Amino acid sequence: MLQIGNRDLAKYPFLAETGEYLRDKGFKIEQLDHPDWKPIMEKAYGRIIVATTGQIYGSDLKKFENLDTEILSFVIAIILLKSAGMNTLIKRFSLAEARRAEKFLQQDLHYGKDDTKLALPLKIIHDLFSVKVKIDGDNFVISIPDYLRRAIHFHEKEWKLVNRKVEGGFVFLTSHETVRLIRRELDGYINSKIQSLNTPSIPSSFKERVTDLVILAKKFSESTTVSTDYPPCIKHAIEVLERGENLPHSGRFMLATYLMAKGQTVDQIAPLFKNAPDYNERITRYQLEHIAGSSGKGTKYSCPSCDKLKSENLCFEIPECNGIINPIQFGKKRTSNA
Amino acid sequence: MLDKSVRFLEEAFKEYYFNNLQIIHVPTRPSEREFGYQKFNSGMTRHISLKNDNELHLLLMTQVPSDVYCSNAYYSFPNLPMQEKDWKEADLIFDIDAKDLHLDCRKEHTCYKCTSCKEITNDQTTCSECGSSKFETISTVCERCITESTKEVKKLLEILTDDLGIKSQEIAVYFSGNEGFHIHVTSKGYQNLDSRERAELADYIMFNGAIPETFGMSKQKSSKASFPHIDEKGWRGRIAKEILGSKTRSSKIIQELFSGGYSVFQLKLEDLKQRIGVRIDPKVTMDVHRIFRLEGSINSKSGLSKILCKDLDTFDPFSEACLIDDKKVEVIANSPISFRLKDEKYGPYINEKVSVPKYAAVYMICKGLAEVLQ
Repeated sequence: MLQIGNRDLAKYPFLAETGEYLRDKGFKIEQLDHPDWKPIMEKAYGRIIVATTGQIYGSDLKKFENLDTEILSFVIAIILLKSAGMNTLIKRFSLAEARRAEKFLQQDLHYGKDDTKLALPLKIIHDLFSVKVKIDGDNFVISIPDYLRRAIHFHEKEWKLVNRKVEGGFVFLTSHETVRLIRRELDGYINSKIQSLNTPSIPSSFKERVTDLVILAKKFSESTTVSTDYPPCIKHAIEVLERGENLPHSGRFMLATYLMAKGQTVDQIAPLFKNAPDYNERITRYQLEHIAGSSGKGTKYSCPSCDKLKSENLCFEIPECNGIINPIQFGKKRTSNA
Repeated sequence: MLDKSVRFLEEAFKEYYFNNLQIIHVPTRPSEREFGYQKFNSGMTRHISLKNDNELHLLLMTQVPSDVYCSNAYYSFPNLPMQEKDWKEADLIFDIDAKDLHLDCRKEHTCYKCTSCKEITNDQTTCSECGSSKFETISTVCERCITESTKEVKKLLEILTDDLGIKSQEIAVYFSGNEGFHIHVTSKGYQNLDSRERAELADYIMFNGAIPETFGMSKQKSSKASFPHIDEKGWRGRIAKEILGSKTRSSKIIQELFSGGYSVFQLKLEDLKQRIGVRIDPKVTMDVHRIFRLEGSINSKSGLSKILCKDLDTFDPFSEACLIDDKKVEVIANSPISFRLKDEKYGPYINEKVSVPKYAAVYMICKGLAEVLQ
């Protein structure tokens, strides 16, 4: 039977084994009012704050002094988040934790040349997402139906089955591709796990941080005024960001290029993305400047066509679209008898 | 079609079903499938549940349908409206139709019927009788259509078994009863796929959406060493074989291929798609709620039966699927195109009274090329 130790749980604290491990070690989260919990609570709060900035918390295990504290900080972070009850923070946290786990999964698959090292990441992928991964030389091999169910959500052509190595009912992938394939589910799994957990009532010593989280969440929820002149695809993208949900890269690209075409500057556009679960101001500005053509090779990117947006599931056509072929035409084109 | 021709077809179909009940069966798991049928000059009746062969045979004898269908999908409640059926899973189905192959021979066995005056001509410019420009297309199939369709079926079977790992015993090839083949796959692993996933599978089979990067060519950094070897599996191997031919690793050919750049390479892939991609109808494969013609039933577009092809190499639909009897029947035939059934050539006929075997009479009436005389 596979032995899962505290090092593994520090990497993947969302596993069911975490509860058992902590119980065996004698940690009782029913006694949270004990002063010993205070530093762990502060660590947990920090973990949430890091997540809200779009960065990945503690991806280098070597830097950790105490692995048990790391595991506990995840558990307490969930208690704080559930007590604050702010969905936008839970979404950001689960996305950040998913990215963190993704990084570890990739490392474990990549460096785990022998079966014992590969056992845990493969078990996680199998138990959590019902995907059986086999090893064939340097490749990770999964069944075609398992591949299709996930790959159809990707827009890049390299994910089309016709562009993969396929043989005998299986698709051959690298470690990176294997983990990329389950990214969405990892986020969904951690989120649903947090949502479904029953957490104990918190002691007074935790209340101040919970209040801080509520204030933080409200800052993220400040709404942006949506111009009624925007086409439905742009409105939808802005609404997704406002809800603190993840807008795919292609959607962010569409929004940025559209607003730039309408004369908005990087400074005006950047704040729109502050609600994105993986928001990072520096990266956002860099990417916007790149799209605007003020960095990189100087290429200024145009807003994608309606056809392209349709193929990316970003089109939400309404009658007012009136046969336009690019969102920037919205509101300009009129029928001849209008 | 005249009423007397409809009555004639009904009689012929009823007699066929009565004499051939032993070859007409419900498929596996019948109580989870939706059945449907059509009567001559009438609409479709769907959402029927049949539990066994007896219930099917009773339907055939009492309703005398022109066409009988059965779902590839399995439902909890097949007789309820679509949104209440509770879809469980569905067999994978592929449709290969000679019409979609755009063969040169088609013009030799295609004619046009004016929708106003029913005059039949070889071209569809303007009707010489009434001047109308609206025509119904009537086509038959020839040996070449079947040979070329069979080639597509064989290409498909290779991909299904080698690439998709489906066992031969999970694949059944049927002649559709008219112009092509239906390939039914009952492999457990693929039955759960939804419509979008099936569309992606269809793209794979058709070699749709391949990018040069898959074969070593990139806009930024191309690598000739990444060009596939002919012994590779899947599309990479097929493309290598197609481009290199017998020259296992001709650096000259690869050099030439890469020298044209990315867009030329992309065009080359498009060209190869037309040649080596399998020409299935993707709409059929991605539809998980469709009902398909039932094995053993007659196709009212031709009077031929949908039957299992046991040996594709020797399969002759013009004999093996032609199961109506050969009693002589008199018809007024107006068929500018000839056709062959049971090794006998019929036509062309120009509005003439002819005495032909019943199967040939049924064939022409179903195609709209004749009316029964009595």
